[in-house]
Amino acid sequence: MITLEGRARRLGDNVNTDYIIASTRKRETIDEQVLKQWLLETIDPGFAASVRDGDILVAGHNFGCGSAMEIAVTVVLAAGIKAVVAQSYSRTFYRNAINNGLIPVQCDTSGFGEGDRLTVTLDGANASVTNHTHQLTLTGPPISGIMLEILAHGGLVPYMREHHTLAPTHP
Amino acid sequence: MDLAQRDERIDFEIGGCRMSARTISEKILSAKAGREVHAGEIVVCDVDHVLGTDASSPMAIDYFEKMGGERLFDPSRVLFAFDHYSPAANAKTEALHERVRVFAKRYGAELCDVGEGISFQLLAERGSALPGSLIVGADSHTVTAGALNLFATGVGSSDLAAAMITGKIWLRVPETIKVTLTGTRTAFLSAKDVALALVKLIGPEGANYQTLEFHGSALGAFSLEERMVICNLGVEMDAKAAIFPCDGATNEYLAGRKVGLDAPVTADIHAVYASDVSLDLSRLSPRVSLPHAPDNVVPIEQATGTPVQMVFLGTCTGGRARDFHEALDALDRAGGAVAEGVQLVVTPASREVEEQLRADGTLAAFEALGATITTTGCGACCGTSGVIPGDGMNVLSTANRNFKARMGNATASIYLASPAACGASAATGRITDPRAARRTSR
Repeated sequence: MITLEGRARRLGDNVNTDYIIASTRKRETIDEQVLKQWLLETIDPGFAASVRDGDILVAGHNFGCGSAMEIAVTVVLAAGIKAVVAQSYSRTFYRNAINNGLIPVQCDTSGFGEGDRLTVTLDGANASVTNHTHQLTLTGPPISGIMLEILAHGGLVPYMREHHTLAPTHP
Repeated sequence: MDLAQRDERIDFEIGGCRMSARTISEKILSAKAGREVHAGEIVVCDVDHVLGTDASSPMAIDYFEKMGGERLFDPSRVLFAFDHYSPAANAKTEALHERVRVFAKRYGAELCDVGEGISFQLLAERGSALPGSLIVGADSHTVTAGALNLFATGVGSSDLAAAMITGKIWLRVPETIKVTLTGTRTAFLSAKDVALALVKLIGPEGANYQTLEFHGSALGAFSLEERMVICNLGVEMDAKAAIFPCDGATNEYLAGRKVGLDAPVTADIHAVYASDVSLDLSRLSPRVSLPHAPDNVVPIEQATGTPVQMVFLGTCTGGRARDFHEALDALDRAGGAVAEGVQLVVTPASREVEEQLRADGTLAAFEALGATITTTGCGACCGTSGVIPGDGMNVLSTANRNFKARMGNATASIYLASPAACGASAATGRITDPRAARRTSR
């Protein structure tokens, strides 16, 4: 079981990966420790300076849409954010999150506000979030099959180092 | 797929063997998984081609090394294209290029260096993107190749690395939206207008985790190049893949290019769809996507007159020969010269397109108009190479994304439209309906 506590950083709907980190920034380096100074700059120029280790991103619909660039996940992790809670995810961001061990919780975030105190829990296949500020707990759809195995390994790198292939899973 | 939907599935028998009706996506992924699979299942599939770009491959190489990769599953099926940084703007970007060059040489992958073109465009041009195949590319617009009756999907760099090593990808078999195009295509209606209308209709996440499969009597009105435009915008609806049937247009494109065997796939008549969307082309007029989201689509009449300071013709959406022909024709009809204060930028999607435009005089015509003609590739689309718009500028573009700061300047406003609308607007300096341009010239 993984438990993460942190404060909510509230974002809106359709936050695309270019907004998470601009394509123009990553053409010179793919070092996320360098790139994190520009995290979310297009929609919130002050975000990178205000982010704290353990913060949890809370977004609306279609988080991480647009480009499939994986740097949009590794920059978030480099900033100390280890979980995202969103109404829904674009599929490429979701895959990239799982592959890098960034926990994506999918639930109704409409009542969440900036600064809410949150606990994200990954217990087996169930990813849930407790919002202590509003005293509610929401559980997303179970993370299934190979996605859970990859996440349980901590990402696709440790998964591949152990298995050396992608193992078929049967329903 | 939930159980209720599974119950609706119509089974039938072929040669005494009981089969379930399937979509094109289900059939391709069944063939690549080695067993019959249906929407909702998570499967591991064999891939036919793996594509990386200069934007995604350096990171994929990091993952490859961390994963303990020792070789590519099949070097002839791994292609890297330098399209996003074409050419490299500085030494740091050049260092990223060099990293990929060294890797490609060491492991035997094919490298398409600066100026060759956009990854999936190159695969299509070489006749390697064949009906029935499964292609994964670390570029969200890889879906474009679905125009060739195949399953092509975008992934990140770690999935790319795992596919480079194993030749496999895990996928959730997607539900499918049946998109039916009907009616008669009117004059000056571009494939881009159809694509933008679909983005508006389906919405920015309306096709998330799903495939778009195209049907209907109007499909024959679109060439393979035009179908690529429609599939390309699929990802702006979050589609996992966008697939056309195989027909005369497909075979015409493949003639003389095809390398290897194709396996055209048709949907079963009773295949189960998550939803149906239909679009009557007879009633469709040109469209414009307003800043700062691709789904912010309006009929062009609502945007006409907006001043533009830059017109960008290019990218994996609007960078093929037909697009430049459409744009030049509309520019001619709207006056034949680029309006004062407008920078016209031309970026062919590939070397093949560039050579075609050179051979038919299109490139010379753009040069004579004073256009800025840049190195082939993605160009100014995501602010990584080519021209950056100035502060406060309005840009009208044939590209697919108009997010704030997308072209490298957060104060610029990007409008998306068809090549014809872009061409006409370059002549007038204002967003112009390409149909009106025709009326003016008469």
